[in-house]
Amino acid sequence: MSYSDKAHDHPGHDEHDDHHHGPAKGLMRWVKTTNHKDIGTLYLWFSLIMFFIGGGMALIIRAELGSPGLQFVDPMFFNAMTTMHAIVMIFGVVMPAFVGLANWMIPMMIGAPDMALPRLNNWSFWIMPFAFTIMLSTLFMDSGGPAGGWTLYPPLVLQMGDSFAFVIFAIHFMGISSVMGSINIVATIFNMRPPGMTMMKMPMFVWTWLITAYLLIATIPVFAGAVTMLLTDRYFGTSFFSAAGGGDPVMFQHIFWFFGHPEVYILILPAFGIVSSIIPTFARKPLFGYDSMVYATASIAFLSFIVWAHHMFTTGMPLAGELFFMFSTMMISVPTGVKVFNWVATMWRGSMTFETPMLFAVGFVIMFTIGGLSGLMLAITPADIQYHDTYFVVAHFHYVLVPGAIYSLMAATYYWIPKWTGNMYDEKLGKLHFWISTIFVNVLFFPMHFVGLAGMPRRIPDYNNIFADWNFIATIGAFGFGFSQLLFVYIIIKCVKGGKEATTEVWEGARGLEWTVPSPAPYHTFEVAPEINSTTVTR
Amino acid sequence: MTSGVYRWMLLVVCALALPSVAWADWGALNMPVGVTEISGKVYELHMRIFIWCCVIGAAVFAVMFYSMFKHRKSKGAVAADFHESTTVEVLWTIVPLVILIVMAIPAAKVLIEMEDFSDSEMSIKVTGYQWRWQYEYLDQDISFFSQLDSASNVARQANSTVDPASIEHYLKDVDNALVVPVGKKIRFLHTAADVIHSWWVPDLAVKKDSIPGFINENWALIEKPGVYRGKCAELCGRDHGFMPIVVKAVSQEDFDTWVGEQKMKTASADMDAIRQWSQAELMATGERVYAANCMSCHQKEGQGIPGMFPAIAGSDIVNGDMDMHVHTVLNGVPDSPMQGFGSSLSDVDLAAVITYQRSAFGNQAGDILQPSHMRSLRQGLRQSALAVPQNNLKGVN
Repeated sequence: MSYSDKAHDHPGHDEHDDHHHGPAKGLMRWVKTTNHKDIGTLYLWFSLIMFFIGGGMALIIRAELGSPGLQFVDPMFFNAMTTMHAIVMIFGVVMPAFVGLANWMIPMMIGAPDMALPRLNNWSFWIMPFAFTIMLSTLFMDSGGPAGGWTLYPPLVLQMGDSFAFVIFAIHFMGISSVMGSINIVATIFNMRPPGMTMMKMPMFVWTWLITAYLLIATIPVFAGAVTMLLTDRYFGTSFFSAAGGGDPVMFQHIFWFFGHPEVYILILPAFGIVSSIIPTFARKPLFGYDSMVYATASIAFLSFIVWAHHMFTTGMPLAGELFFMFSTMMISVPTGVKVFNWVATMWRGSMTFETPMLFAVGFVIMFTIGGLSGLMLAITPADIQYHDTYFVVAHFHYVLVPGAIYSLMAATYYWIPKWTGNMYDEKLGKLHFWISTIFVNVLFFPMHFVGLAGMPRRIPDYNNIFADWNFIATIGAFGFGFSQLLFVYIIIKCVKGGKEATTEVWEGARGLEWTVPSPAPYHTFEVAPEINSTTVTR
Repeated sequence: MTSGVYRWMLLVVCALALPSVAWADWGALNMPVGVTEISGKVYELHMRIFIWCCVIGAAVFAVMFYSMFKHRKSKGAVAADFHESTTVEVLWTIVPLVILIVMAIPAAKVLIEMEDFSDSEMSIKVTGYQWRWQYEYLDQDISFFSQLDSASNVARQANSTVDPASIEHYLKDVDNALVVPVGKKIRFLHTAADVIHSWWVPDLAVKKDSIPGFINENWALIEKPGVYRGKCAELCGRDHGFMPIVVKAVSQEDFDTWVGEQKMKTASADMDAIRQWSQAELMATGERVYAANCMSCHQKEGQGIPGMFPAIAGSDIVNGDMDMHVHTVLNGVPDSPMQGFGSSLSDVDLAAVITYQRSAFGNQAGDILQPSHMRSLRQGLRQSALAVPQNNLKGVN
C-alpha cells in the first residue's frame, strides 16, 4: 500500500489520516499506484504515445503508396509496417484508451470509491509497456518484425524468423492485461454500485463497457490458444495448421475470427457508450430509447459471436455456411441501426450547442454510419467475393475505427478533461482540431473505396498507374490527418497546465454522478456512498 | 434502376467526398461489370445494395442536419423532454429488417448459382507459389508457370530508373498468360505449394483462396474474348503485390491452335534438356532465370538483405560443394522464405541458374552443371526422396 509506506517516511503523519491525503510524490506514485484515476491517466497517456507510434507507421505506409514504384522501403518492411500498425492501433491505442476511460469514469459514474480490484488494476496497466516494448523491439531484431499481417495467418506467419517467439509472447502479455482489466470492470460494476444504483440507472458507457468486458473475457483466451498453437507448430513440431501433418490452415482462421469479430465490437461498443453520454448533454435532452440502447448493445454482442466466418467467404466454405454467415451478418445492421436512430432522435427537438465534444460525437455518428453502411455492402456474400481483401475493406474498417473509435476517444477526452484537470481546454483550438481532422480523414479514407472497387488489393506496396491519383490524394490526407493530431497533444498539455477554471457541472446539460464531484475530481471520490433514489439523475 | 440513376448517385458521393474529382482517373471508380453472367449479376447486387445504402444514409443524414440547424440553442430551441416511443422504435426495427430480407433473397440466389460447380467442360488446376502461379490443364496435359513480366520486374525494383508509368500494364502483366476458350464452363481447382494465396480476376468475379494441402473449386464461363487481368488477393509474403494474373480468353479454334503450340514447346524443351550446353549459354539463361526468380530476395548484385535474405555473393553454399547448392535450390530451406524450386523450374533453368550463381557476383566456384545431369539428379531424388540429400547428390561434379 503506497499510502502507508509513504506515512512511514514522514513520521509526523498520522497513518490513518494519510489515506485522505492526495497522491504520493515522485515517480513511484505512478509505479505503485492503485488509484483508479492515476491508472486511468497512465492508460490514457500510454495510448496517446502509442497513437503516434502507430500513426508514424501509417505514414510510412502512405508515403510508400504515394506513387507507383518502390521509393522508400523494402516490401518486407512494408509488410511489417502494415502488421505492426494494426497491432499497435488495436491493442496499444484503442483498447488501452477505453480501459483508461473505464478506470477514470466507471467508479465516478456509478458512485464507487475505486475499482473493485485496485492492485490487479496496477498490474494490468504495467504489463502493457513491457508487452509493447517486446513487440516493437522485434522491428530491430535480425529477422525483422512480424510481416504476415495482424491476422497472423499460417503458414505465412510461420516463415518468420525467431522474432516470432517474441511476438507471441507479447500478444500473451497484452491478452493477460486485457482479461485482468475486464475482470476488474465486471467486478466493479457488479459489486461497487451503491444502494439505489440499479442496473437500468447506469450510464450507457458503463453498460457498453460491462458487455465489452464479457466479450474480452470470452474471446481473448481463444486468441491466446490460437497463437499458442502457432508457437507449437513453429517450435515443437505440432501440425495444428499444416496439412502435411493432418492439420488445416483454415482452422486457424476460424479460431482467429471467433476472437477477431467480437474484437471488432470490443473496439466500438465503448465508443457507443461515450457518444450516448455526450449527445444528451449537448442536446440538453435525455438519451432517447435508453432501454432499447441496452438491448441493442447486448444483441450486437451476441451476434458478434456468430458472424466470424464473413471474414472468410473466399476460403471455400460450403454453401450452407456462406448463407448462414451472410444472413447473420446482415442481422447486425438492425441493432446497429437502432443505435444510430436513437442518437438522431436524441438530437431531435433538443436545444443543441456544438462544443468540441459534441462536434466529435456528431462526426462519429455520421462517419461511423458511412462505415456501417459499407459494412452492410460487405455482408452481401457474392459482392464480398469482389470486395474481399481490397482497399474497399480497408476504407470500411478505417471509417468505423478512425472517425469511429478514435473520434469517440477524442470526444471523450474533450468531454471529461475539464473534470480530470479542473481546467477548460481551449475551445477555439478544439474546434479547429475537429475541422482539420474531419476534412483530412475523409480525404484519406474516402478514395480508398474507389481504388478498392476498381481492383486494388490491400497489403501491397506498389500498384499500377490507374490507382495513382486516388492513392496520392489519400497520402495527402494521411499526412494532413497525422500532423493535425499534434494539435490535439498541444491542446491537452495546455489544458493540463492551466486554463479557464472548470465548474463542478462543467457542461450546462451535464447528467450523471461524475458531474456532482468538484473539478478537478479529488484523488478520492465517493468514499461515502452517494444517496440514490428514484429522482436522482444518474444518466 | 437505370444506369443514369447509378451515375448520378456516384457523382453525389464523389462530390461530397473530394476536392479534386476532376483530376482523377474516372475509370478507376467502380467495380467492373465483367464478362461472365455471374460477374454481371454480382455487379447488379453491388449497385443495388449501394443504392439502398445511399438512400438510407441520405435519409438519416437529412434528418440529422435538419435537426442540427433547426434545434439549436442559439436559435432559441427549447429542449423537449420525450425520451421513448415504442411505436417509432418498433418501426425502425421492422423497416430495416424488411429491407434486409428484400436484399438477402437476390443475394442468396446469386450465391447459389456461384456455388454450382456441376457440368464443367474443362478443368484447370491453379497452384499458388511464392510468387508465381502454376496452371495445369488437366484435359490437355499442358502445364506451365506464370509470373510477373520482365518489364514490370525491372521497373518495380527499389532505385529502378524505369518510370512505372512508362509501362503499359505495370504489375498487371505476366510472361505466360492463362489461355482459355470462350463459351465453355471452366472449372478451376485452387491449391498452393507454400502459403495461402488467392486467385482473383475481377472481370470474372472469381476470387478463391489457394490453400496448401487443400483444393478449392471455382468456375467461370467467359462470354467475350479479351485479356482480363487480376492479382493475388491474400498476403503471401514479400512479393505478394507482384504476382499478377492474366487470363486470355480466345475462340475455340484459337485455343486449339494454342494447345498445339504448347505441345511443340514441351517437346523442344525436352530436346534442350538432353543436349550439351556451353558455359556462356548457361550463364545467359541463368542470368534471366535469376532475375525472374531469385533477385527479389537475394537482390540484383546477389548481396541479399542482411538479417532477412542471405547473400549469394560470397555464400558458403554457392562457393562450396555443388551437392549442397543443388539441394538448397531444389528443396529450399525449411521454416524460411527460401522455397524449393524443384517443382517450378525446368532442368535447363535450374542448371543455368546454379551455374550462373557459381560464377556471378565474384563467386569463385566456376563449375558447370549440365541440364542433362540436372535431370538425372532429379530423377534420382524422386526415387529416394527420404534419403539424405548429400548422399544422393554425390558425384555431381
